[in-house]
Formats: sequence, structure tokens, C-alpha cells
Amino acid sequence: MTAGRLVGRDVARVEDAALIRGRGRFVDDIAPPGALHAAFLRSPHAHARILRVDTAAARALPGVQAVLLADDLRPHLTDMRLVVALPSPSYRLELHRPILAAAEVAHVGEALAVVIADSRALAEDALALIEVDYDPLPAIADCDAALLPDAPLAHSGADSNLVAQMTVAYGDVDAAFAAAPHRFAETLHIHRGGSHSMECRGVVALHDATEDRLTVWSSTQTPHAAKRLLCDLLDMDESRLRVVTPDVGGGFGPKLVFYPEEVVVPLAARLLGRPVKWIEDRAEHFVATTQERDQSWRVEIATDAAGRILGLRGDLVHDHGAWTARGVNVPQGAVAAMPLAYMVPAFRMTIRAAVTNKVPVTPVRGAGQPQGVFAMERLLDRAAQGLGLDRAEIRRRNLVPADRMPYATPLKTRGGIAVTLDSGDYPRCQQMALDAIDWAGFPARQQAARLAGRHLGIGLANYVEGTGRGPFEQVSVRVEPSGRIVVASGAAAMGQSTATMLAQIVAEQLGADVADIRVITGDTAATPLGIGGSNSRQAVLAGSSAHVAALKVREKALAIAGTMLEVATEDLEIEAGAVRVKGAPGLCVTLAAIARAAAGQPGFMLPGGRGPGLAATEEVVIDAMTYANGTAAVEVAVDVETGGVTILRLVFAHDCGRALHPRIVDGQLMGGIAHGIGNALYEHMRFDEQAQPISTTLADYLLVTATEMPPVEILHLHSPTPLNPLGIKGVGEAGVIPIPAAVAAAVEDALAPFGARIRRVPLSPVDVVALVDPAAAGPR
Amino acid sequence: MSESRHIALHVNGERREAETPVRQHLADFLRGTLGLTGTHLGCEHGVCGACTVLVDGRAVRACLMLAVQAAGRAVTTIEGLAAADGTLHPLQQAFCDHHGLQCGFCTPGILATLVEYLAENPDPGAEDLRIALSGNICRCTGYDSIVAAALAAARALRGEAA
Repeated sequence: MTAGRLVGRDVARVEDAALIRGRGRFVDDIAPPGALHAAFLRSPHAHARILRVDTAAARALPGVQAVLLADDLRPHLTDMRLVVALPSPSYRLELHRPILAAAEVAHVGEALAVVIADSRALAEDALALIEVDYDPLPAIADCDAALLPDAPLAHSGADSNLVAQMTVAYGDVDAAFAAAPHRFAETLHIHRGGSHSMECRGVVALHDATEDRLTVWSSTQTPHAAKRLLCDLLDMDESRLRVVTPDVGGGFGPKLVFYPEEVVVPLAARLLGRPVKWIEDRAEHFVATTQERDQSWRVEIATDAAGRILGLRGDLVHDHGAWTARGVNVPQGAVAAMPLAYMVPAFRMTIRAAVTNKVPVTPVRGAGQPQGVFAMERLLDRAAQGLGLDRAEIRRRNLVPADRMPYATPLKTRGGIAVTLDSGDYPRCQQMALDAIDWAGFPARQQAARLAGRHLGIGLANYVEGTGRGPFEQVSVRVEPSGRIVVASGAAAMGQSTATMLAQIVAEQLGADVADIRVITGDTAATPLGIGGSNSRQAVLAGSSAHVAALKVREKALAIAGTMLEVATEDLEIEAGAVRVKGAPGLCVTLAAIARAAAGQPGFMLPGGRGPGLAATEEVVIDAMTYANGTAAVEVAVDVETGGVTILRLVFAHDCGRALHPRIVDGQLMGGIAHGIGNALYEHMRFDEQAQPISTTLADYLLVTATEMPPVEILHLHSPTPLNPLGIKGVGEAGVIPIPAAVAAAVEDALAPFGARIRRVPLSPVDVVALVDPAAAGPR
Repeated sequence: MSESRHIALHVNGERREAETPVRQHLADFLRGTLGLTGTHLGCEHGVCGACTVLVDGRAVRACLMLAVQAAGRAVTTIEGLAAADGTLHPLQQAFCDHHGLQCGFCTPGILATLVEYLAENPDPGAEDLRIALSGNICRCTGYDSIVAAALAAARALRGEAA
């Protein structure tokens, strides 16, 4: 892949200069003078009626400025609920979550009051003084149980716990199964936990009473959506409200959701006439920030004798949590990911989303795709075992081959857009991974280890991921009369080097250095339109807009310089902050001078004939997603006494099209791989039968640390997509997607002498020990 | 509840005096009272390591130490790592060179942990560094780039070519 002067190269990140000196500005670093601090009273019950709330003692505490309940907010809001569900015809229940619970709480952690005080500590003191009489109601914790006829209702007003149902289907599945010589079925339980960005959420709001203007800083991935909701809820016109995403200490999904705290804090600032700050602590994050969690899959695959897939069918029960905080996109994404890498002639999956009395479920890095891939890859392993085929060979026979690209599938995205695999060579990618991990030589390694009493296993998993979800991201590129280049985008940075990406693309065209570019992301005052960070989309969408805008500014600069220098534009080049005549570097005009000329003088013609200003704003619209792919291969050692799983090697071969910054691509993948290892072996958000969360510290909920990371080898294939001008595909989520499937396959392989069948993740040591049947192990 | 003490301590080489509630932890004191917001809070229960600072040269979780306990001590935060002329500490430079940070939230604590560790272990192996880092959680990087940066910084601190 040809690299440009800057694009495609490992340039220094523009984010690092401030962050490495401790001069970043995260939401908790914003401290307007006179700010008050908010703390939220959260339900200790998974399900209860609120009978009485007495705030008198809390209000009387010195330093407390206000204690607000739902009724106190009602006169100031146009709606008491957050209506944020993505459109879908599948909903059976309307579950818009309340901004503050008034009559009933539906999960532990749901907020019902807010205290505003001189300090956070005082606000928390006051929380302890609020008296609430709850009438506990039966709670439902398990999504499968929630759909049984006599299950307790998660919401006392509802007639069932079925919040949504849909079927994704094409082809004549039942006929395919009826005629198929081989069928293999599985029941799988797949759990994912939270995102656990190291920075929790937070909101700071500043109200200017003179002009009734609100500035809201939120650790959000979607500032423009937040602004729209705030304008609606507070009934303010857009010109009076600004939402800014400051430095964000990791997002990974849940920060794309709009939360009750994001409206309560600005409203409190407006009511009290003082800035108000709320910073979520980790204890709150476990019960108030959205998570993924549980899915049960009953699935079946039909194949011919050679292992070619004839059909896939099944149903999926999805834990939706207590409210619709985003939609049904997680199970939808899971099902969509299932067949994507393979040629599947007939397909039918039914999704049933079940309400539970737990934290609402919304996407976490991967957004259902790890689950869909897990289901598919487990079925392929079952089929390989049943047919006596090598697990890699059955995949090779079914992967969409390179000569079928672009490959139109009968699937549609959630927005009804056709799913067409645009580019790639999936079989070659798999082969790269197999070669790197010495798949062919593994049986000998495994046999030797077994003779020595060690249990080695190997597994692999393929994924194809829809990235770059449209429709657009706005980017403006402006050369100020000082010569400074300012790039502003609706993209929201949360650690993925978004500013560097934009600076690289723009500097490439304007003859500048990356460090010369000032990038503003996630500020609604700098960019009127925006979608924000999700779906591995920002390099694809914002990158494309930045590229086209920079090209326009470049052309205009050359045209104006041509007039100023009286030279044809073909004879000009742009370099080091100036436009110069090729071969005569002394003949030049700086970008600053061009920008000043383009700013105009009263009564004088603009040079270049291209209108005023040296700037361009672009919203490149790309509806179709571009599909990235990859293969993970994992070798493990399993200690059958302790249940400990050690990943000895992990190979990740992938294709994200052209790489804008190879080191950043690797960094995104490595972070995802670590997260995937967590999902495979460690991360478990546990609740008891009453839906009480019981893994609410980082000592109970285990995140991968440096010692759990295996040696990882990343291999690259570059198939540029034709769908955007840079040829790129998203890479922010890829790493996580195939890891649980590949690790499960490897552990199952290691435990083959015990006849183990892995049907769930995460796999704790206890789970692994339970899979080992000593009677089948024979003498050791 | 709101009882407070007047404390004096050295922070990043400067003598600082301030009033602190007795229940305030060192991280809130550094961030709120002194305005040194480079120290970050990730869990406030001593697991994630983001708030790690150096107290008399020892890596300490600033969420598990009360501000009053720092009276008379010398505290170093990320703001105090670079040289007076602004030259980055070799660890800071190595983290930039090796993409050892993405969102940068855990980085201050990781740097503090490594400053202490490399002072006592100037020539560590990658596995030693992984163990040394096992009390600091990073959700972005997968740690490989952090280990690579730490190895490079160790070489630089030993006076070898990076």
C-alpha cells in the first residue's frame, strides 16, 4: 500500500503533547468558579414501588443547595422520559426511561433524586439523609426466565417482559434443513460485561443567565445528539446551547447513549444560577452506565457431506435490561454478524429481547458482533467434529472467496441498506493466520504435550464487520488569515487518535506538518452537524469529509496563488505553509497571505475567482457500510487441576483496507484483543436471583492486566474499499470480535480428551474444572 | 464531618500549604485544592492504579491515602516529571514514541509506577515490566506498547541508545 507524505505513516500523535504532561482536559478537570456538585440517589432495589420520599433532613444540611425529585423537574422539562430508541418495527413495549424515577424503580442504580451541594462529599452526606419508603416488587434477573409464562414482570404496568421481537431471514430455510444430510445444533450462553473506560462518565454545565445560554461539557461520544435532546427537553433554541466533548478517557460504546444525568445537571445549573458538576464514580458506573450482558442462542446449521453450509436457523434471547436506552441494535448486530464471513444460502434467526430488572443494555465495543461470531464459529466447529473435517478446512470451503467480491448478501442493515461485502480476501486472511500459528504443525505439538501431561489446544475464528456506518460526518477545513489551519469535525474523540487522523489527512493536502493543524472535535459550536463516535465509523466518515474538504481548500489556494503570482495553477505546488512555483522556490506566496487575500477588501475583486474565504466544509455521504474482516488463531494451555487457561500465542490477521497510521491501527486492534480476552476468560457482570449486582468493584469484575496478555502477532492484508476516497475500513472494534470464539475453540480443543463441549463465555477456572470429567481422562 | 487541617508538603519540588478536610484523599487534594488535574481517578477503591503518584519516591495510590497523611512529604505527580526546561522525562518521551497511550487517562498512574520501578530495576525484562504494571489497568492499549515504551525508557535512563 503506497503511503503519502503523512497519510499511511506513523506520524507523532497530536494528542500526546498535552496528555503526556498531565495537561489534558477531561470533564472532571473543568472547574468553573463557584461550581456546585451533584450526587444522585440511586435505587438499592432491583424493582420497587416508591411510596414516599422525605428530603427534609437532606435539605437542612448546611452546604446543600437543592434536593430535586422528579416532581421538582417536571415544570421545567418538556418530557420526563428520554425518548432515544432507534427506530424499529420490532418493539412490543415502549420503555423510555424516566429522567428521575417517580413511582417505580426498575433496576439497582436507577436515579430518583439529585442533591446539589457545595462539594461532592457534602452532596453524598445529604444522600444518606434522604428517606425513601420502598415497596419491593418481584424482580426478574434472567432473560430466559423473563419470557416464561409466569415470570415476574420487570415493569408492573406491562403485560409481559417481551420488549421486542423480530425475525431476520432469507431463503427457504426449512426446505434446506429438510433436505440436508447433516445438521448440528447448539445452545449457547454468551455474556459480555461493561465497557469500563478508565474514565467514568461526567457532566459539567454552565448557565449564563444574562443571555440564557447553556454550555454543557459531557464525556459523551455523541455531543450533537446530546444537544438535540437537551434543546428538546429544556425547550431551548439551538443557538443558546452548546455541548462540548472534552478529552474523553475511553468510550467503548456506553458513552454514545444519552443519560438522565446529562439533562438533570444542565437543568440544575439553569435553576440554581450556578455551574453544576457531576462526575460518575466507579461504583455508580457499575449500576448506572449501560452494559451488554446476556444472550442465549439456540442455533442449528445444515451442511452437505463436504461441510458446505446449506442453512442456518435458530433463535436468540437477549437481555435488554430495564429500559430502552438505545434500541434493539445489539441483538440485531449479533444476528447480522453471524453468517457474514460465509456463503450461507438460507438463514433464519428470531430475536426476542427480554426486559430484566438490570442496567439497560446498549452497545459495548463490538456491539453484539462477538456474540454472533461466537455462535457461528461454535457451529462450524461442531460441524467439523461431526463430519471429521479439519476446523480450518470447513471454514475455507465456506468463506466468501475473493473472486466473488463485491458479494451481495440478501441481508439489510438496521437502516434497510443492502449488505454488500465490498472487498477483501477472506480465505487468504485465514491462511495467513494459520501459517503464522503453525496450524499444520499443531497436532504434533499437542501430542507431545499430552505425553508430558499438558493440555494444549488451538482454535480459530473468522469475522466480517460492518464498519463506517453512515450517513455522514461533517468536517470543515479553514486556513485563518494568520496561516493557522483549523479543522473542526462532528467526530468525537475518545482516545482513538481522531485528532491525529484528521490532522494527517488535511496536512497531507495542504503541505503542512501534522503539528501545524489545530483540530476541534466534538464541539457543537465549532461544527453545526454531527453524528459522533460509534460503529467504527469516524475515520471512514470524518476522514473522507476531511480529505475532500482539504482537497477543495488546496485547489482554492492554488487558484488564488495563481492569480497572485500570475502563474498557471499546474505550475504550482504547495509545501511548508506556502504555494510556490515548481522549480522556482523563491517565487511563492504563503498560505497566510492567500487566506488574507481571500478574506477580501472592500471595493476590490477577490483573487482566484473562487469566492471569499480559504475554507471548505464537507459532509461526504456514505450510506453503505464497508466490511472489514479478519481471523484470530489462538493456542492455549489448560491446567486441568486449577482450570487456569493460559493463552500461549494469539495471531490476528486482518484487513481494514488502507491503514492511515499503521501504529494506531495496531493500537486499536491490541486494545480490542485485550477486551476480547477479558470477555473470553475474565469479565463477568454478575447479578443474583433478585437482580442485585454482585460484581461492583474492579476487584470483583476483572479487567485484563499486563500479565494476562499473551504474545500477540498482528498480520495485515490491505484491500482498499471502493466506497470511500481513502480506501479505508473501520478498525476500532475489530480486535474484540473473534477473540471469545477463538479462545473457546482452543480451550475445547485442549479438553478434547475429556469430551468437553464449550457452550458459554466467559470461562472462569471454575467453569473449566467443571468441563473436565476425571473419569474420561484415564490414568495420568 | 467537615473537620479540616492545615498541611504543608512539597509537590513537584515546590512547598505548598493548604487547608484540607481530614476525610479528603490525596488525589482530590491534588486535583481540587491544588489544581493539579493530571492525576486521574479511575475507581477510588485502589484497583485501577490511575491515581498513582510518588510520595517520597514510592508509588502510592492517591485514592487510598488521605491528604493529611501527605503532610511533610514530597509528592511527585505527572506535572512534575518533565525537566524544568520542559524536556520530557525519558518515560514520557518513550510513551509518545511507542504509542504507549491512547486516551491517556491511565497514563499518569502508569508513569508514576514505572518511575519507581525503573529506579530500583534499571534493566528489567519485558516479563518483569508486565508484573510491575499489573496493578495499573489500561483499557485502550492492550499493554504491549506500554511495555515497549518502558523498555525503551529503561535503555534511555541507562544512557543507552533508545
